[in-house]
Amino acid sequence: MGRLLEVQALDKHFGGLHATREVSFALEEGEIVGLIGPNGAGKTTLVNLITGVVRADGGSVVFRGRDVTAQRPWQAARSGLARTFQIVQPFPQMTVLENVCAGALFAGHAASLAQAERDAMDHLEFVGLAHEARRPATALTLPSRKRLELAKSLAMRPRLLLLDEVNAGLNTAEIDQALALMRAIAARGVTILLIEHLMKVVMSLSQRILVLHQGELIAQGEPQAVIRDARVVEAYLGSKFAARQAAHGVAATPAADTTTEVHR
Amino acid sequence: MSLYAQIVVNGLMLGALYACIAVGFSLVWGVLNVINMLHGSFIVLGGYLAYFAWLHWQVSPFVMLLAVSVGLFLLGFLLQYGLVNRVVSQPVLTTLTLTFGLDMILYNLMNVWFDATPRRISLDLGRLDLNGVIVPNDRLLAMLLALAMTGVLYLVLRSSRIGRAIVAVRMDRDAATLMGIRVGRVYAITFGIGALMAGACGVLMSVVFPITTNITGLLLGKAFVICVIGGLGTVPGALVGGLALGLIESVAGNFLGAQSAILVGSLLMLVLLMTRPTGLIGKRGYQ
Amino acid sequence: MNANRFRFPARGAHLLFAGGVLLLAAMPFLADNYFVRLATFVCMYGALALSWNFIGGYAGYPSFSTAAFVGLGSYVGGLLQNAGVPMVLAWLGATVFVSLFAALLGGAILRMKGHYFAIGSITLVEVLRMVASLWVDVTGGGDGLNIRILDGGPDFAGRVFLYAMLAVMLCAWATTLAVERSRLGFGLRCISQNEEAADMVGIDTNRYKTAAYTLSAVYCGTVGAIYASWVSYIAPTDAFGILLTLKVPVMAMLGGLGTVYGPLVGATAFVLMEETIWARFLDYHQAILGVVIVLLIFFLPGGLLKIDYRRGLARIRSAAWARAGRATATEVR
Repeated sequence: MGRLLEVQALDKHFGGLHATREVSFALEEGEIVGLIGPNGAGKTTLVNLITGVVRADGGSVVFRGRDVTAQRPWQAARSGLARTFQIVQPFPQMTVLENVCAGALFAGHAASLAQAERDAMDHLEFVGLAHEARRPATALTLPSRKRLELAKSLAMRPRLLLLDEVNAGLNTAEIDQALALMRAIAARGVTILLIEHLMKVVMSLSQRILVLHQGELIAQGEPQAVIRDARVVEAYLGSKFAARQAAHGVAATPAADTTTEVHR
Repeated sequence: MSLYAQIVVNGLMLGALYACIAVGFSLVWGVLNVINMLHGSFIVLGGYLAYFAWLHWQVSPFVMLLAVSVGLFLLGFLLQYGLVNRVVSQPVLTTLTLTFGLDMILYNLMNVWFDATPRRISLDLGRLDLNGVIVPNDRLLAMLLALAMTGVLYLVLRSSRIGRAIVAVRMDRDAATLMGIRVGRVYAITFGIGALMAGACGVLMSVVFPITTNITGLLLGKAFVICVIGGLGTVPGALVGGLALGLIESVAGNFLGAQSAILVGSLLMLVLLMTRPTGLIGKRGYQ
Repeated sequence: MNANRFRFPARGAHLLFAGGVLLLAAMPFLADNYFVRLATFVCMYGALALSWNFIGGYAGYPSFSTAAFVGLGSYVGGLLQNAGVPMVLAWLGATVFVSLFAALLGGAILRMKGHYFAIGSITLVEVLRMVASLWVDVTGGGDGLNIRILDGGPDFAGRVFLYAMLAVMLCAWATTLAVERSRLGFGLRCISQNEEAADMVGIDTNRYKTAAYTLSAVYCGTVGAIYASWVSYIAPTDAFGILLTLKVPVMAMLGGLGTVYGPLVGATAFVLMEETIWARFLDYHQAILGVVIVLLIFFLPGGLLKIDYRRGLARIRSAAWARAGRATATEVR
């Protein structure tokens, strides 16, 4: 198991806003790592920096041993880095199948259009959308669109999959289905970085958790340890609450309550 | 030394007119996200109307300013409300081609009704001589009026209800709708204002330059350049852009010849767009 | 609704096209010079519309550069011919020159999007026109450039230029077919629908867009050079004509953007319209073009090929059945 992704002192300013403050972390192959943090912590910015959507002001990103700090999004895609979006962006005038084909044909390095179509059908079956293949992508419901996005990303044959809030807007049953799907993806050998607000998902899936707050990586480690970390509690619930907890010597968040959604 | 001063003064006088030309165009683009290819023709129409009123009925162009403003406002309003409004949210190709096509109609009609002979209203108002720098009084008057109209527009946008509605729609159309602003009506009024400013400028220009339908494309091109330099949808932007272009053309015209001056302006714009695809200063334009 | 859109049966379309090509090729033997000229124009505008389709239809970038490439091709071809280069080689030379020009310019000009790109492309036409006017030593400036007239008489010349334009049109058609089915075509369609998503999916958008822009220029250069040889005289205002640069996208829009036969259908319809209707109202030429544009945009937003003919027929059929049904119902009673 090698180091798939190594991020060193990644830094980004947007005008006066210090969006990413010298963030450093690494991902090993085969891991499922969660990335959590309050709204505005800079999680999506971090993903944008890694995939080349936004150019870093400082620091480096090394993926599969190559420095990719200055790469463009399409280069990231072609080298095995796929991501999903919070707001799903399909190709509006194409069918579901054609959308997934796009992923297979370009980043997925399919040999031909025909091959891409075959790969695309496989991935649609994997996510359970095969029956919708010929429908226009815009006709899908929200959960189906999320699955389409997932299928498209998988068609890109990623080594590392960055899932940005895949579960936003889904109900409990749909979330359970999504969870199963994500486990199946990980079982195929894809490394996953999961940005999530739903603690249920993060806690049950992740082997490790990274916590981002105001652009800074304030904690990383085993899920149970991280959610008890004082700094994490302070970031989410405020310093007064953290101080009170520390004074009472009580655990920061009840670990048994796996359906708690972290309030924004 | 006075040569340079003359060049600068010429440039500023020209620039004031240019700013007036561009401000209506910039407003329409910034607010409706539509490029009004009719703008050049509106200018020439205003100029021609003023000329013929002066020729046949001895109406002073400064009176015609009012008549043309009203007339062109109505024309612009109706055109937008009836036609352009239907495609306002369509892609660039559609809206651009539509206004291009409408321009073809107006241009052709003007050519047939008025023909393309260059016309100019020659008011013999004398000239000022400031230390060797010559300032013809008709140009000076045109420049002052142009600045005055631009100033009035600025005040209208800042202080009046409709002006603020226009600015609101420019900033965020959907939010404006949620605030109860009738966006369709704002669009029509804005387009009308654009036509008004163009026509008024045409009247002012007809006092200074020979007006002919052959220059509609040229004037439109200048409006583009000014928007790229100064940004979209703001009066100060159009003013800065207009003055800048006026100065550039004055300088280039003096050293390279009149035709080259226009080439310089166009090349400058192309280079600007290639290096900063969303324009030089001011707010980020619509794409 | 793209997935359910009526698609003209592929085999039928190809057959129709083959028939059309044969008709055009046979024109010198079927009719007089007037029709040969008309056929030549159909081929010429067909090639131009197909070319524009690469950047405007497939890639979705509203280009008004056509006149820039055609004019440039005219001048380069004309100058080469005047320098002694054999006519066909001059045409090839012009093609290569214009293609390189577009490829080099593409990278810069395609950074602009939407309105800015459209304006930038029109400005390109203006700039080239001004350069042609000002560079008097080379281009003859406003007086224009004279090119040697082809020997052999008007009938022979008519045929040469008809077949030359036909050949270019066929090349453009073949290229379009190849692009439509290729990775490039698919990628361009992705770019036109959502450029950011296309980037994310692994498409090198700059390279693809530049390819589309270059393709849109190649045959324009050839057409320009052939046209210069045909009319034997070019001047800046006509070579870099605003009307041309507006007409060609309209033709493609008339037929249907982003399809193989749309531009051809549009070009043919447009040329025929122009000949029959507008030639009678020469004074109102531009106004009529304007009216056509307005009607096109309001009543044929997708172009002629995207009208759902099947649904229209079905509606007519069911209306007829309904009427027949009512008749029989009253009879039965």
